[in-house]
Amino acid sequence: MTPADIREVVLEILADIAPDEDLGDLQDASPFREQLEMDSMDFLDIVMELRKRYRVQIPEEDYPQLVSMESTVRYLEPRLREVERVPS
Amino acid sequence: MPKDFLKGARDAYDVIVVGSGLAGLTAANVLARQGRSVLLLEQHYKLGGLATWFRRPGGHIFDVSLHGFPHGMVKSCRRYWTPEIAKAIVPLRRVRFDNPMFSLTTTYDREDFVRLLVDQFQVPQATVRNFFETVRGMNFYDDQSLTTGELFARFFPGRDDVVRLLMEPITYANGSTLEDPAIAYGIVFSNFMAKGVYTFEGGTDRLVTLMHEELLRNGADVRIHCDVQRIHVEHGRVNGVTVNGRHIRARSVVSNANLKSTVLQLVGDQNLDPQFVQETQAVRLNNSSTQVYMALLPDARVEETTGDLLFSSTAPAFRTDLLLSRDITSRTFSFYYPRTRPEGRPRCLIVSSTNARYEDWASLSESEYEDAKQDLIRTTLIALEKYVPGIGEKLDHVEASTPRTFEHYTRHHLGSSFGTKFEGLKVSRELPNQVRGLYHAGSVGIIMSGWLGAMNYGVIVANDVDSLLMASSRTPSSVGSAPA
Repeated sequence: MTPADIREVVLEILADIAPDEDLGDLQDASPFREQLEMDSMDFLDIVMELRKRYRVQIPEEDYPQLVSMESTVRYLEPRLREVERVPS
Repeated sequence: MPKDFLKGARDAYDVIVVGSGLAGLTAANVLARQGRSVLLLEQHYKLGGLATWFRRPGGHIFDVSLHGFPHGMVKSCRRYWTPEIAKAIVPLRRVRFDNPMFSLTTTYDREDFVRLLVDQFQVPQATVRNFFETVRGMNFYDDQSLTTGELFARFFPGRDDVVRLLMEPITYANGSTLEDPAIAYGIVFSNFMAKGVYTFEGGTDRLVTLMHEELLRNGADVRIHCDVQRIHVEHGRVNGVTVNGRHIRARSVVSNANLKSTVLQLVGDQNLDPQFVQETQAVRLNNSSTQVYMALLPDARVEETTGDLLFSSTAPAFRTDLLLSRDITSRTFSFYYPRTRPEGRPRCLIVSSTNARYEDWASLSESEYEDAKQDLIRTTLIALEKYVPGIGEKLDHVEASTPRTFEHYTRHHLGSSFGTKFEGLKVSRELPNQVRGLYHAGSVGIIMSGWLGAMNYGVIVANDVDSLLMASSRTPSSVGSAPA
């Protein structure tokens, strides 16, 4: 997947987790928590969903890497580079 | 020949979940949805653990613990269960306090509490704002040395009335006391203050039925009347359980049994580090409860202004020892109006709850025990007369439960109805480091208690299990030899 694919995948997962949020004007460089009503359970959901869809393991000590869209894509890029995108 | 409750069960699963409280149910559902093979084992004839109910002649259905949870349940039910379950969560509008210090009715959310504290209790606005910000900022990994009592002394010195308003409902919700860590109070209080108190329309029976259906849809193998005698450990790894005398293999086991029984009885100390065993033994259990269940005659009604939850007390002050005493001065009444079960027969029911100590009930002879239960019913009805005049003539059915009842149905040591004290969380989280593949999820340390806490803890543990299963399926030497 390209960084653009990964961004799309994360957006899809976010849309499932926060169905009431408008993700259209999400600022990639700003923390999710400043823009969306998210708690630690939501981040856990992102981790579980990525594991289910792409078998990517994100250890607990790496959770802070998921702070914003930009940092999430940067963190996932080397891990998902060789992985094909699957339909959600 | 006795019925085989394991008929058709396979010899091996990815995960076996022991116990079907809300943490066990939710862990099982999340893992089944992740595509894992899951066997859920419950010793009782009903799923739900303490999220339970019972029926009595006359069309009455009593809820044992559905008395109010935070709004966070909506999100957790939508994410980890179904939209149908989430949609049935509705607000309770009237939370009422009546004690020698004050009488008031509130929607029990931040806006209304700020109003009450400033206008009625005359606390400076800045102090109130500071207090709310402080408790909202609390995390479960924060410093535990500050107690709830000390927290209140810092913000509201000498204001026992304010302490009572802030503390009484939380003590009811999770058994915590002024002597427990402040973070345990702050997290739960903030959860409620976010949006108030909610309940499940249709009652506990509908909730657990919907959960059972969803588990089956997701492919979980769900078994009742299945008592796990042993969790097996080999070379530092879990390898299965013995249930109803049969050995079933598993790559991981999640125990939703009480933490202490899990470690000390189901696993046994021969498989564990002696220091961990000692730490487990030192974990204190939370107290138990007594309850009085009252069903009104089919045509009898309680005015809805009476409230949904009523914290009543005749004690001059709020003190932990007074709350636990057999000489009861504080009762929480939970009122169930016909709207609780819109599809069912219209009934009014009242459940009175009081925290209690197991030891006060355990030593009674059978006849003393029966007398004590009758006395509990009699004094409860006298106390309720103030709020529901003529309650004696309106009653169709009444009965009491005690710490011994809780012990009988849940097999919790000492009838503990709120799991363990705060130190239990550390032991619960440490268990997989002791035995690879073995996890505990259940009420530990207050913040992981109550309906929402238990459910979310089930998800946290399910994530750990799922992660382990994926990692171990990659290594051929792993227990992954079990058929997936």
